[in-house]
Amino acid sequence: MSEEIKLMKGNEAIAHAAIRCGCDGYFGYPITPQSEIMETLMDEQPWKTTGMVVLQAESEVAAINMVYGGAGCGKKVMTSSSSPGISLKQEGISYIAGAEIPCLIVNVMRGGPGLGTIQASQADYFQAVKGGGHGDYKVIVLAPASVQEMADHTALGFDLAFKYLNPVMILADGIIGQMMEKVILPPFTPRFTDEEIKAKLPWATYGKPASRKPNVITSLELESIVMEQRNLKFQAKYRKIEENEVRFEEFECEDAEYMLVAFGTSARVCQRAVEIAREQGIKLGLIRPITLWPFPTKEIASYASKVKCFFSIEMNAGQMIEDVRLAVNGKAEVEYFGRLGGVVPSPDEVIEVVKAKLV
Amino acid sequence: MTIQDIIKPENLVYTKSKILNDTPMHYCPGCSHGVVHKLIAEIIEEMGIQEDVIGVAPVGCAVFAYKYFDIDFQEAAHGRAPAVATAIKRLMPNKYVFSYQGDGDMAAIGTAETIHACNRGENIVMIYINNGIYGMTGGQMAPTTLEGMKTATCPYGRNTELNGYPLNITDLLSRLEGVRYVTRQSVHNSASVRKAKHAIKKGLENSMEGKGTSVIEVVSTCSSGWKMTPDQSNKWMVENMFPAYPMGDLKDL
Repeated sequence: MSEEIKLMKGNEAIAHAAIRCGCDGYFGYPITPQSEIMETLMDEQPWKTTGMVVLQAESEVAAINMVYGGAGCGKKVMTSSSSPGISLKQEGISYIAGAEIPCLIVNVMRGGPGLGTIQASQADYFQAVKGGGHGDYKVIVLAPASVQEMADHTALGFDLAFKYLNPVMILADGIIGQMMEKVILPPFTPRFTDEEIKAKLPWATYGKPASRKPNVITSLELESIVMEQRNLKFQAKYRKIEENEVRFEEFECEDAEYMLVAFGTSARVCQRAVEIAREQGIKLGLIRPITLWPFPTKEIASYASKVKCFFSIEMNAGQMIEDVRLAVNGKAEVEYFGRLGGVVPSPDEVIEVVKAKLV
Repeated sequence: MTIQDIIKPENLVYTKSKILNDTPMHYCPGCSHGVVHKLIAEIIEEMGIQEDVIGVAPVGCAVFAYKYFDIDFQEAAHGRAPAVATAIKRLMPNKYVFSYQGDGDMAAIGTAETIHACNRGENIVMIYINNGIYGMTGGQMAPTTLEGMKTATCPYGRNTELNGYPLNITDLLSRLEGVRYVTRQSVHNSASVRKAKHAIKKGLENSMEGKGTSVIEVVSTCSSGWKMTPDQSNKWMVENMFPAYPMGDLKDL
């Protein structure tokens, strides 16, 4: 059964995958283009099967704080939203990072700033990758480029969240959320039992037995010298994540003289651009970061002496290009091309940008 | 007779609840928080629910509430305690879950979370300390600050033209279908302390019956914020706060 191939939207794949991953609770507030996540969950009624709680909150702010409460109990909890709603969640994400509790946040991005547009965009790269909320913290950011990855990253996201006790964000866009593709959903994993939570998550607030000290979920510490130690511990964890969790995909990179770097929908456009360019004899390759943080810095750097020019292709005004430049570190040219406000670049547009740089 | 002769179990007339630990409290002399903490601890001990209760602390003077109780606690962002408590209770329905909130948390920044948790009829207990002022940040105006009452951000007295009116949120909440029990109490003398204890206990007991939210407002003093002695504060509260926030049950289904 679990190997059955289904046809569904990316948003629906996240909902089905969450149920199958043993998710304990989803808390969300409707916003285009990701409302199918909660709609699918409400339709599936997982509280009747796995016992998963699904609750429509009064706001994105309430939803992320419900996630905080659930995560603090050692439960596998998630929320989803789109760009304006994710802005509202940033306070809560900072608290979750500061309290070191696990959760999954899905951002199906739309164009901004402000209310912007409901069309797909990648303009929340900085917000997702560089912090978003206040304080020195990092969120693990996964960038799916297919419906299959929407499902896979839901399972991976929960695994990483619990491995590092850190918020994980799936940074998709309206196209990945709305388009239909075939998908193999993850196998069913039962929800954590109370005994498993007690045994594996010694910090969780499930009610204090006489045998242990109280568990407290908090990000507060007024002694600055202690707060510094806590911050240093976070930073050590982030370095470990950078060492162990970089994920990326290479396409026609081996002999590439020109290299595209793109994620999500842009990466799919770029893959087509590489195919067309290769037909025309242009040695073009593509690096697709799957984790945007941690960023595949070393992997991009390893091509810096072989490649004449890198192109950061983004559906924004040029955000990831800063990380590409840091990776390349001046050893090659780095160009940007992108479309804004919900417009998707075409493969032909990408090839024109590359051709303008051909030596 | 020496002191050692007197300290014997049979002579014990009062002792601190085991649920309160020995951490020195940061509350000011005359503050109501300490008394309400004591009541919560006594009730948890009497009900024997230490293993089955999770508290949610606010931002405000009670931000460190979790330091004083020997139970599991979560510290919520400002105003978000009802949302945090909602998820804890929904995910662990066999546990007792209470939020502990001040007037700013409950009736200003957290108004949406407060109203919607109550409107959904979450089976939680909201313990609401209303002293009409922001104590933690140094005595600024609260949503419940009385008309004409002076604070750091209304130094000439709350002017309703500029600041609007004192928000009687408990009254509002009592009208919501999801709410089962709403009461307004105080802890300024021993009779009121006994009544407040009864109310909090009733709220906790209610929360296991699946019939909706219980809200216990405790009209409280803030000697430091009000710039009065503890005794003056109690008198001022009775004379000024009680007419605006009258004692008693607003709803009991």
